[in-house]
Amino acid sequence: MRTDVTVVFLVFFLLVTVLGFIAARWRQGDLDRLDEWGLAGRRFGTIVTWFLLGGDLYTAYTFIAVPALVFGAGAIGFFAVPYTLLAFPIAFLVFPRLWSVSHRHGYITAADFVSGRFGSRSLALAVAITGILATMPYIALQLVGIEVVIAAMGFTASGLAGDLPLIIAFVILAAYTYNSGLRAPALIALVKDVLIYITVIAAVIVIPLHLGGYAAIFHSIPQTRLLLAPSLPNNLGASSAYATLALGSALALFLYPHAVTGLLSARSRDVIRRNMALLPAYSIALAMIAALGFMAVAANVAAKPAYAAYFARYGPNFAVPALFLDQFPGWFVGVAFAAIAIGALVPAAIMSIAAANLFTRNIYRDLFHRSLSGAAEATAAKRVSLVIKLGALAFILLLPSQYAIELQLLGGVWIIQTLPAILIGVFTPWFRGRALTLGWLTGMAAGTAMVASLQFKSSTYPLHLGGLIVPGYAALYSVILNLIVAAAATLVMNALGVTRAPDETSPEDYR
Amino acid sequence: MNAGSPTHGRRLFACLLFTIIAAIALWVPLYNRVEPSLFGVPFFYWFQTVWILVAAAATALAYRLGV
Repeated sequence: MRTDVTVVFLVFFLLVTVLGFIAARWRQGDLDRLDEWGLAGRRFGTIVTWFLLGGDLYTAYTFIAVPALVFGAGAIGFFAVPYTLLAFPIAFLVFPRLWSVSHRHGYITAADFVSGRFGSRSLALAVAITGILATMPYIALQLVGIEVVIAAMGFTASGLAGDLPLIIAFVILAAYTYNSGLRAPALIALVKDVLIYITVIAAVIVIPLHLGGYAAIFHSIPQTRLLLAPSLPNNLGASSAYATLALGSALALFLYPHAVTGLLSARSRDVIRRNMALLPAYSIALAMIAALGFMAVAANVAAKPAYAAYFARYGPNFAVPALFLDQFPGWFVGVAFAAIAIGALVPAAIMSIAAANLFTRNIYRDLFHRSLSGAAEATAAKRVSLVIKLGALAFILLLPSQYAIELQLLGGVWIIQTLPAILIGVFTPWFRGRALTLGWLTGMAAGTAMVASLQFKSSTYPLHLGGLIVPGYAALYSVILNLIVAAAATLVMNALGVTRAPDETSPEDYR
Repeated sequence: MNAGSPTHGRRLFACLLFTIIAAIALWVPLYNRVEPSLFGVPFFYWFQTVWILVAAAATALAYRLGV
């Protein structure tokens, strides 16, 4: 066990645990109400929202997986940069409208909005189920982030003793989320992001000094990994994969329940608009974090005997922890590892709250308990958040982490199927509810089939267009199919003169 | 927001700006090259990082315009 690393790590972990419980009293509200527990009373201003969304969207898994992909596969891993670059202008145009209509009608989830807009219970249910399905493996993946840094500190015992640190971390997380709701991750996000920025800035200055500068780092990367493979006459190859991964991921990002929860907790639509111009600061940090993957190649960490056992167990996901252990003094490794672990707790808390809101509102209440409201609703959501976290914990402890990675891959393909109902739904009520449900079903089936045809190892589907092969993100391909089906079904329903379900929102609600 | 109102025009301008920025960000052959490198960083990497700032500036402009 690395004592210096562990002591610093534990100090920060203790600090955020205390903060998590104190958070209940921060901007105090009645935590027996769902919008107080699950949306912190919709009272967050620009700065808190900036930290909350930053902590929410740039997860621990991002900090581990993006550089791991760059480390293992090279240039393709950098798609995270155009991805987050595109996400904010899209969100700028769409989400102030969703905030306004949700504020006016008391919507807590995206499924609430869909239900009001299209008057379709089946569509709202589809949106809720998709959200929960996409979120569960995402929570599990946050645990992989914690697991890797705990192991890197030298806790390598097998069996229950080895799992114990992770279990303790998660029980603490579950307790303060139950107690404080969305206020806990919001307060903890402040600490997390300060630690992340310190770590990233130190890393991009200190590590290149050790490795002979950026020119030397990029010089050590094999040519085939430094750039994307050029297109062939009959195959667009890595180029179309890169572009569609970026665009598809950008369109999907804010459809995730934890993103919607973060946005709806803002005090005003102006807070959201301002944040979309300010959040790219995290994208700059992400570009630097991606570069850590190349630094790990240049430092040749994979060849060092001290890390061999870890690389055998965690694969490229160990690149960043190994780089830090190799390059930083022990106490600063503690800071960096605390940043990653706390970076897992923040999104895990928000994701479990978001999934709990969806389950309570749009599945439990709508299907089984129509009169559920007030304190009973909030209590149900708190309990569901516990169940969701326990489920994620069991998932990681009992199944190979490869399953969580594959399911999260599918999660992106699934969540984008709610795009026509939510992203387009805030602009126009033109689509019919049932038509959207049919489109959703088609998109879910097609997207899953595409990923299944790749043995769940990749989401880059080789689409054949005549003689040309266009490898692209299955999410983007399947949502296009979804849109075509939804549009066609709407036209058919219009032609048949089927009566429209009432839209409870009016154009003024979106301003 | 009626068609022809000043807000409508500004909104159209912002959408056009975002579309151009997105098209360049997604046009891979444009930046999939090593030269011109900057301080030893290949074009592929520094261009996309700079492009984050361009997209952020465009979003800030749209905010200022009240879109």
